[in-house]
Amino acid sequence: MYTTELDDNKKKPATVPSAPEDPVRLAAFEARVAADDFIEPKDWMPEAYRKTLIRQISQHAHSEIVGMLPEGNWITRAPSLRRKAVLLAKVQDEGGHGLYLYAAAETLGTSRDEMIEALHSGRAKYSTIFNYPTLTWADIGAIGWLVDGAAIMNQVPLQRTSYGPYARAMVRICKEESFHQRQGYEIMMTLAAGTAEQKRMAQSALDRWWWPSLMMFGPPDDNSPNSAQSMRWRIKRETNDQIRQKFIDVTVPQAEAIDLQVPDPALKWNETRGSYDFGEIDWEEFYAVVRGEGPLAKERMNARVKAWEEGAWVREAAMAHADKRRVRAAAE
Amino acid sequence: MSDKALFEYACRLGDDSLILGQRLSEWCGHAPMLEIDLSLANIGLDLIGQATHFLKLAGDVEGKGRDADALAFRRDVLDFRNCLLVEQPNGDFAQTIARQFLFSNWQELLFRDLTRSRNETIAAIAAKAVKEVAYHTRFADEWMVRLGDGTDESRGRIAAGLDWMWRFVDELFEVDAAIAPLIAAGIGADVRALRTEWDARVAKTLADATLELPKPRRATLGGRAGHHSEHLGHLLSEMQFLQRAYPGATW
Repeated sequence: MYTTELDDNKKKPATVPSAPEDPVRLAAFEARVAADDFIEPKDWMPEAYRKTLIRQISQHAHSEIVGMLPEGNWITRAPSLRRKAVLLAKVQDEGGHGLYLYAAAETLGTSRDEMIEALHSGRAKYSTIFNYPTLTWADIGAIGWLVDGAAIMNQVPLQRTSYGPYARAMVRICKEESFHQRQGYEIMMTLAAGTAEQKRMAQSALDRWWWPSLMMFGPPDDNSPNSAQSMRWRIKRETNDQIRQKFIDVTVPQAEAIDLQVPDPALKWNETRGSYDFGEIDWEEFYAVVRGEGPLAKERMNARVKAWEEGAWVREAAMAHADKRRVRAAAE
Repeated sequence: MSDKALFEYACRLGDDSLILGQRLSEWCGHAPMLEIDLSLANIGLDLIGQATHFLKLAGDVEGKGRDADALAFRRDVLDFRNCLLVEQPNGDFAQTIARQFLFSNWQELLFRDLTRSRNETIAAIAAKAVKEVAYHTRFADEWMVRLGDGTDESRGRIAAGLDWMWRFVDELFEVDAAIAPLIAAGIGADVRALRTEWDARVAKTLADATLELPKPRRATLGGRAGHHSEHLGHLLSEMQFLQRAYPGATW
């Protein structure tokens, strides 16, 4: 659904490679990346590049999987057969994104089980946005519109990211996200044009999801020390603040079009910049959610761990059966 | 042929798919592994699609202005016509698979028959759905074998799941007075005639799974007449919440 740098940068220094890399290979690598070549799994790459990518792609994959929970919360209560089918298909897409992203990360020398273990133990992060609750049906609209809208802003540039498997996964993911964003906005449009109760739901959803959506782009550029290296390596193609501004500029008129109020009194069109000025983001809240203090952080992780632990016997059975078949095939 | 009989029949077909689709969607985000999560969601989606078509047909035949959503979200337990099997709770993954295995094998044969229905709408829905259900059957059959011939734990669980679901099998093959005329008119499928082939399919998969066929027992019936288990009311109260809480709203 989305990715950005989620480490609590106030606490940690930027990643430093543990051992110096061979300068000749490093220079050749940097030159390829600068020339917009794709780096492929078998190519040489600096350790820090590999680690940054594993972290970023696995965070992205985890976000897709944890992101199934807040929306999954409404599949069984969707208000019509069409809405139910569309939401189920959408959440299934998110699961599919998780699957290709785990596969892309595996090409860098990690395994899905290792990544899942890192998520469950709290070492790996996922997008802060999914630690907020989905209270009403309108929250499903807001997630599609704002959260998937933000994801598209983040991910479109990643279709040209330097690591080939990640860039290719992103091409497919972006197509699906754009459908998700439209279905979310369409839900909001319907509610905003509906009864007073429906309009209240829609406005409440925008009020609650607006600021967390802006936080999805990560800390401001002056507090994002890993960004410079990630930009040079073309793991990232635009800065957090640039993408955040682009998102605001696109989204505000969409809110106006359906007569919903963006909950920011400081929001104002700036003729000179050709962009909206906007209010202060509560970064204390962002860092608290990154630390696992989000409203539903414990529930989300418990749900994932429970599904994983309760499914252990199924995975063991599948492996035991595959082993038996191999033994039988060998005996024949 | 009375429209009442056709309405009844379309509701039975639609409700089977709807209720099982709803049950499967409960798994979304919580399955034992990502691949299974995707498969269950996919099967649920197919079923909700089938339900939408059959319930639309029911509403059209009834002619009282109820569309598929009105039928899905604004009927109460006594008016639901699904079989008892599909409303059984998911339980553990083994129970879900046992339910799917018994049902999909039946639904595939049923839809294969219905592709020849003299009602063109039913035939068209069945023609599309039979391909989907062939996949559902394969998925369920394969998991029956993995779980039966996997570990001691999985074997115990799938045997228990099958045992739980088995008492609802006879209902699938029941023909009552409400649909007998539709069968005579070549519109409905005579499910009694499908039993031998279903038995053979089930026996084959259970043999592959090294599982025993459950012992015959007294059938639990009633779903087709609206006499359901206690589970259905809870399923509906969740599924129908928004339509009930905000009557008349458009979503």
